[in-house]
Amino acid sequence: MSIRNHITVEFLSKSENEGFARVVVSALLAQLDPTIEELADVKTAVSEAVTNAIVHGYGENRGYITMDCTLEEESLTVIIKDGGKGIEDVKKAMEPLYTSNPDAERSGMGFTVMETFMDEVQVESIVGVGTKVTMTKRLGTKRL
Amino acid sequence: MQMNFVVKNDVLVVRVTGELDHHTAVQIRERIDCRVSDDGVMRLILDLSGLTFMDSSGIGVLIGRYKLMRSLGGTLAIVSGNVNVDKMLDLSGIRKLMGVYGKLDEAMKAV
Repeated sequence: MSIRNHITVEFLSKSENEGFARVVVSALLAQLDPTIEELADVKTAVSEAVTNAIVHGYGENRGYITMDCTLEEESLTVIIKDGGKGIEDVKKAMEPLYTSNPDAERSGMGFTVMETFMDEVQVESIVGVGTKVTMTKRLGTKRL
Repeated sequence: MQMNFVVKNDVLVVRVTGELDHHTAVQIRERIDCRVSDDGVMRLILDLSGLTFMDSSGIGVLIGRYKLMRSLGGTLAIVSGNVNVDKMLDLSGIRKLMGVYGKLDEAMKAV
């Protein structure tokens, strides 16, 4: 598959940037003429990944989050990377309703939403180094 | 994000418009909890039909308000009528905990 477009943006781990990340990925995905549902799915998955990086990756600290988006003819791959504290047990973190902070009114649905709304989700993490979430959405599957 | 508060027949109706994410959730939960306490209401309706975006942070807000109203011996109902919000509600299984209605009139009768 040939790359149709590619962007990389870096932003501070501030909650205001959750909306910024959604706007950026929406603008890029619009180039593939997605359905409203496809657009909503990608925006939601990106929002979850960026929120995880802010809340769990950096917590009270500040750091940078990188969002790398590659647009191919019929798919979008988004990589959200942080340099935060990392995840000790990725498998456990991806269990539905798991949350590392039950008192903070977090639903523990972040990874479940990403896996439901995207076609592929891969999580790599190293404690003390950071976390990288790679998500792919194939477009047009419901138009066939 | 904007919020509108109306008390009608002893029911606090909170209409939230715009985007509900982790960033706006903080303000939403603080303002709702404050109004529930100030107005002394036992019945709360969250009208989410005007939301243009909601992620799982919204589910956290709903579960938190459900726990709050239960602790007061009160009730909570949700108005959705929005495809994107409905999809998140379905995924969370939250309909087993609280009533979700398509229109405000239906929620007013049920709460």
